Amino acid sequence: MTSPKIDLSHYYRSNYEKSGTLTIYLYNRLCLENTASLIKEFTSLIRTHQPTNLVADLKNLDFLDDFGVALFVGLRAQMGERRGTFSFVNINEIAKKVLSMNRFDSFGQQTSFEQRKVPDIFTRLGDTAIEFGKDQASMFTFLGDTFLSFFRFFWNTRMLRINDVMENMHKVGLNALPIVGLISFLLGLIMAFMSSVQLQQFGANIYVASLVSLSMTRELGPIMTAIIVAGRSASAFAAEIGTMKISEEIDALFTMGIDPHIFLVLPRIIATCLVVPLLVLFSDLFAILGGLVVGTTMLDLTINGYITQTINTLSLYDVFFGVFKSIVFALLISWIGCLRGFQAKGGATSVGRATTSAVVSSIFLIVVSDSIFVVILRYWEG
Amino acid sequence: MEPENITQSDNKPVAIKVRELVAGYDNEIVLNKVTFDVFQGEIFVILGSSGCGKSTLLKHLIGLIDPISGEIEIGGIKITGKDRRNLQKVFRKYGVLFQNSGLLSSMTLAENVALPLQQYTNLTDKYINTLVKMKLSLVNLSGFENHLPSEISGGMRKRAGLARALSLNPSILFFDEPSAGLDPVTSAELDRLIIHLNHTLGTTMVIVTHELPSIFTVAHRVIMLDKRIRGIIADGTPQYLRDHSQNPYVKQFFNREVEPLNL
Repeated sequence: MTSPKIDLSHYYRSNYEKSGTLTIYLYNRLCLENTASLIKEFTSLIRTHQPTNLVADLKNLDFLDDFGVALFVGLRAQMGERRGTFSFVNINEIAKKVLSMNRFDSFGQQTSFEQRKVPDIFTRLGDTAIEFGKDQASMFTFLGDTFLSFFRFFWNTRMLRINDVMENMHKVGLNALPIVGLISFLLGLIMAFMSSVQLQQFGANIYVASLVSLSMTRELGPIMTAIIVAGRSASAFAAEIGTMKISEEIDALFTMGIDPHIFLVLPRIIATCLVVPLLVLFSDLFAILGGLVVGTTMLDLTINGYITQTINTLSLYDVFFGVFKSIVFALLISWIGCLRGFQAKGGATSVGRATTSAVVSSIFLIVVSDSIFVVILRYWEG
Repeated sequence: MEPENITQSDNKPVAIKVRELVAGYDNEIVLNKVTFDVFQGEIFVILGSSGCGKSTLLKHLIGLIDPISGEIEIGGIKITGKDRRNLQKVFRKYGVLFQNSGLLSSMTLAENVALPLQQYTNLTDKYINTLVKMKLSLVNLSGFENHLPSEISGGMRKRAGLARALSLNPSILFFDEPSAGLDPVTSAELDRLIIHLNHTLGTTMVIVTHELPSIFTVAHRVIMLDKRIRGIIADGTPQYLRDHSQNPYVKQFFNREVEPLNL
């Protein structure tokens, strides 16, 4: 902000004596409005005259606030650096009060405080390693707690709030339908289009239907759906639970004897595991539809021919395999979303961090678990 | 019911002027045609039981919400209705201590206090640091400059919030339930600080509270709001209202009377 020009002659006069004493006579006010300009002025005066003694005469000063006191602290420090002295004369009652209120006398030569230290690279490396270890440990603890709460839930099913499950199913499943449908449709469209360029060369247009349906039901459908759900819902879980954690809502649940895992985690896990497989089926359908649009409009295939080829290619096993995978993905997404929420502590920043981490970790786990599935399947199917 | 003992201006300059303020949310009117003045250098307390609109009134005074109708002036500048853009001009005139302190959690206490100084002054970092240290020592938080808000207690957070509200030496300070969640000693210290600042800097204080001991220590004048009439039922010094008020609700409030239990 630029402040308007202030006529500084209203506020001070100075007098330099050959003996090395620079006296500054202050007038009227020394406060927020004029401090910044006066600091510049006095610093240049000191630089010009190089005094050994600096005296501030407060006789005509009517108003002083802590900005003025900060100016005196700065001047005293400057004189200290030059091995000179700084003193007041004619301190009036008001100035005395303000100076003592701001502890001018005990305010050390060192005017500022030490900045928060940034640790060196080795300390940070070590901290990160320890943090990583703790994170893994807390993941397993959380997993254990979730399992235990599952058992407790079977013992007393009334503890689970069905309304919460329904609400989460609505948020995770129903609200995601448009985006899952659109992305899958476009993905099917793109895949059919790209593969047709190659397959057309061999007159194998009809295999576009096989390629789209098989790759979408077995791999891309579950993965894409899981990534969308991770982006929408894992982040939402982490943010919701994280905010509850920092505003002591979870502590309140705990002290009421309500298991936060059953109250918050189970409804989310159950809801996600119920709706994600349905979302995957929906996604498969839309991807095939996307392929069909390309097949019929660009590859001279008939609707009937395309659908017959798709049905001949797909077995129920492929569809169920995709669905089964998606249940595992759903478990991972909801679990990691809730875990990150529970790990939030401190303030608003930690909720942000938890949300980011929920999305990143769940996408990572989705891809890792999918690779494991591929390997297992390789041996399973011989 | 007319409010009793409306304080006359005595030609004192007005810091905050409220005229015919109608405030509320959606379809519910919380305050209906409230009119009062806060004079310069006054410690002014807004009283009332829960749900009477104390916090709503405060939110209107600091410009967070625009009223349904009516006018608010701060330091002679109108901030309501089509003059809401004037808010930019008055932001520097007042500081607010929020109930949960409102400190930015990603910044250290020093950075929090330095924020308005960096925004509104031309001072160099060295002087800003000196001032930050002074402000924090004023509220007895020396040595906590590098702590994050999450690393200190609730009472300390509140004091740090006060240091930030004080950073530009505003002419008006608003407090939302300053003693809520504080121990009696810290609360009394805060009261002393309020009186001290009022005395040395002449700061006008507007305090929303229902802590009776604190009211009798600090308040020059109180207004009491009531949800039954959606407005002011009493206006005067706390001692006067306690001893001479004829209004049953005011009496009940000051004497902490409740309906007897039928055990």
